[in-house]
Amino acid sequence: MKTLEDLKRIREEALKAMKVREGEQGTKITVAMGTCGIAAGARETMSALLDELNKRGITDVTVTQTGCKGLCEQEPMIEVTRAGEAAVTYGHVDAERARRIVAEHIVNGNLVGEYIVSK
Amino acid sequence: MSEVAQEKQDLPAIERCHVLICAGAACVASGAMEVEAAMKSKISALNLEAEVSLFDTGCVGTCDLGPVVIVYPEGTFYVKLKPADAEEIVTEHLLKGRVVQRLLSKDADHVEVPSIFEHPFFAKQKRIALRNLGVINPESIDEYIAVGGYASLGKVLEMTQDEVIKLVLDSGLRGRGGAGFPTGRKWAFAKAVEADQKYVIINGDEGDPGAFMDRSVLEGDPHSVIEGLAIAGYAIGATQGYAYVRAEYPLAIKRLQIAIDQAREYGLLGKGIFGKFDFDLEIRKGAGAFVCGEETALMRSIEGMRGQPRPKPPFPAVSGLWGKPTIINNVETLANVPAIIQNGPFWYSSFGTETSKGTKVFALAGNINNTGLIEVPFGTTLREVVFEIGGGIPNGKEFKAVQAGGPSGGCIPASLLDIPLDYESLQKAGAIVGSGGLIVMDSDTCMVDVARFFLEFTVDESCGQCTPCREGTKRMLEILTKITKGRGTLEDITKLETLAKAITQTSLCQLGITAPNPVLSTLRYFRDEYLAHVVDKTCPAKVCRELITFDILPDKCTGCTICARNCPTHAISGERKQAHVIDQSACIKCGECLVRCKFDAVVKV
Amino acid sequence: MAINESCCCSAEEEAAVQAAINDFEPIRTNLIPILHRIQDELGQIPGWAMEAVADKLDIPLADVWGTASFYTMFDLKGRAKHIIRLCESPPCHITGAKKVLEALKDELGIEPGEVTEDGLFGLELVSCFGVCGVAPAMIVDHQVYGNLTPEMVPDVIAKYREG
Repeated sequence: MKTLEDLKRIREEALKAMKVREGEQGTKITVAMGTCGIAAGARETMSALLDELNKRGITDVTVTQTGCKGLCEQEPMIEVTRAGEAAVTYGHVDAERARRIVAEHIVNGNLVGEYIVSK
Repeated sequence: MSEVAQEKQDLPAIERCHVLICAGAACVASGAMEVEAAMKSKISALNLEAEVSLFDTGCVGTCDLGPVVIVYPEGTFYVKLKPADAEEIVTEHLLKGRVVQRLLSKDADHVEVPSIFEHPFFAKQKRIALRNLGVINPESIDEYIAVGGYASLGKVLEMTQDEVIKLVLDSGLRGRGGAGFPTGRKWAFAKAVEADQKYVIINGDEGDPGAFMDRSVLEGDPHSVIEGLAIAGYAIGATQGYAYVRAEYPLAIKRLQIAIDQAREYGLLGKGIFGKFDFDLEIRKGAGAFVCGEETALMRSIEGMRGQPRPKPPFPAVSGLWGKPTIINNVETLANVPAIIQNGPFWYSSFGTETSKGTKVFALAGNINNTGLIEVPFGTTLREVVFEIGGGIPNGKEFKAVQAGGPSGGCIPASLLDIPLDYESLQKAGAIVGSGGLIVMDSDTCMVDVARFFLEFTVDESCGQCTPCREGTKRMLEILTKITKGRGTLEDITKLETLAKAITQTSLCQLGITAPNPVLSTLRYFRDEYLAHVVDKTCPAKVCRELITFDILPDKCTGCTICARNCPTHAISGERKQAHVIDQSACIKCGECLVRCKFDAVVKV
Repeated sequence: MAINESCCCSAEEEAAVQAAINDFEPIRTNLIPILHRIQDELGQIPGWAMEAVADKLDIPLADVWGTASFYTMFDLKGRAKHIIRLCESPPCHITGAKKVLEALKDELGIEPGEVTEDGLFGLELVSCFGVCGVAPAMIVDHQVYGNLTPEMVPDVIAKYREG
């Protein structure tokens, strides 16, 4: 490292990795991970979400989890809450749907109507 | 793969969850490493490694709650963990997203506190020197840089030396090691001296009983101390630094060494830092001598000599290590410096009082619910610290006094609970801010015994070089011991005061000069307790063995014989199912009978 | 206190001392770091090792001894296999270190400053090592134990007895 610019570059890289510690970010994705959710494949959904966010370099999204939501036949379910907007719940979210939700809802801001359970 | 995608691949992976485990010495002593190992193996058993990261972090400050773990992004704060609890956190919280309620910390009303952001222990604090403790991984320079680290050093190197000194002067920062001398003025003295070589030293020889903030900062945020020292080095024109850390702090030494190595690797120590400045740093371990915290003794020790102080002047800023101009700054002082540079001097001086600017770290120890480390603006009252942040006195006991400033300080009684904690107010009350140790004492504490204890410490640690300290403190200790054994006279109290005055006026260094303070301040506020020992031959707190007796209340004694069977000197006799009696001539007052009795029949009078 | 005159050192011990000395530039400022290394390697600083250090740094043996004996962490006598250091500073004192000391004395059958007959344990009272948050506390070799109660003492000692 020789210049302040170098320092700034290292800082920006490191900040991305630490983002999760600033508390909850603007957009939050909650994966229902009760026994039912996990049995229905919520782990794969979670992995796909994280992988897709990583691939796209998106850092201002909090991915968290919750227990059974009581609507077990819709599992795996995820809930997406963008800052200032109402929560949107998607059902039967497998890995492929998870990636599509990231692309359309998180990146472009368009709801993926066909998967929605409730708004 | 496109170039853009290629670049994205190199980004650090985003994890959904960071688990920080406090790896301060107190948590390690209560089993943090076992908890960490259990968590690690469970995380890997469940294949969560890619999305969950587990790090060590510095002392969070809630030492009585250890081992503690913080789970981000929620900031869930789990306390008093056992390895089995750690596994439950992994399976329940990390895997299924269910917070383990029973492991959360509780507030004063026994209600679970959902996250560290809402914890009452932190609510009244303003953390500047401790800003990164519990936030970053102390073994990662990248994380330190991420929170703004080393940017202050970069900024300083664009300024002139005088500008840097003025900035520190304007902030009002004063030395946090004890004397409270303005840091900027110290730097200005050393800068003004012409010399071919100058030195800067980190004083990490924290030895005051009850103070452990320097250990925690070195363990939890070593880079901020290194950065602070490099800034001091630039300001006075020194190219070589030393970190003198006591050998009793192995973890602090290890983390500091890791940090130094990382900084060298990044070119933040060594030749041509940001292309402008040469500066390097070496660790020197102490070897178990309290007096080496005194700056002239500390320098002798670095030179390879017996750590004995020498008279001042000349001050180290003029003639220090190997006769060269030298600045010695305390760990906490240096940890503040990068934050002051980053946020500006007037930001810093907006905290605190007229003469005591900024914040101070205090270590809470003794009879208090929340032991640990806190940082508050100067001027916060003792009551707020003990009762609001510290959570009050355990076991329903009453607050009696607090010893502020360790063996060089004095006690503050309950009548002064509303005293603002700042340099001047504490001085006026006969105590000092000192290194910031606050030892809280409840009504079961005998103040004469406490004074004797601090004197015993000074006698042990006196280097023996000057007579007032070597002999005078010994005589004072003899008198105090005599008083606690019930053999004191009124004349002894006068003698204590005369000796104290002589020692304070004629000792060579601060160790001797301040040694009588605990005696003087207990005499000032608890003279009646001394008189009780001397005149009535009683110990009001029932601590001094020679002045108490154990008795069995015949109407409460059921004759269960448990006391008689456990008495080490067979001083208790009595028939089964009959009231027992203690033979006072054989009793050694160990108190075993009192502990064993299930019927409250044994009393201490 | 006298210099430990025993010269029945093994070849390995001698090699360890030489290695410690040769790892540092032979100047006075390195005296204490060298003594630390020897203490770590041998668990004590015997007289013959001090002689070797004095030779190399070209300073009088009395000077090396004078410096080494000033610092409590250097053991010039050769004590026990495990050193138990109980903190006796006020935060530990008022939270019950006295009772822990009684338990240690009972368990080991020795007073502070003494070594058990089998040479396994030495008991020392030391001043604050800064873990007041979990007072009362003690260090056995390099391991810190906090929140001690008299009841915990036998278990801790047993761990070291078993090796």
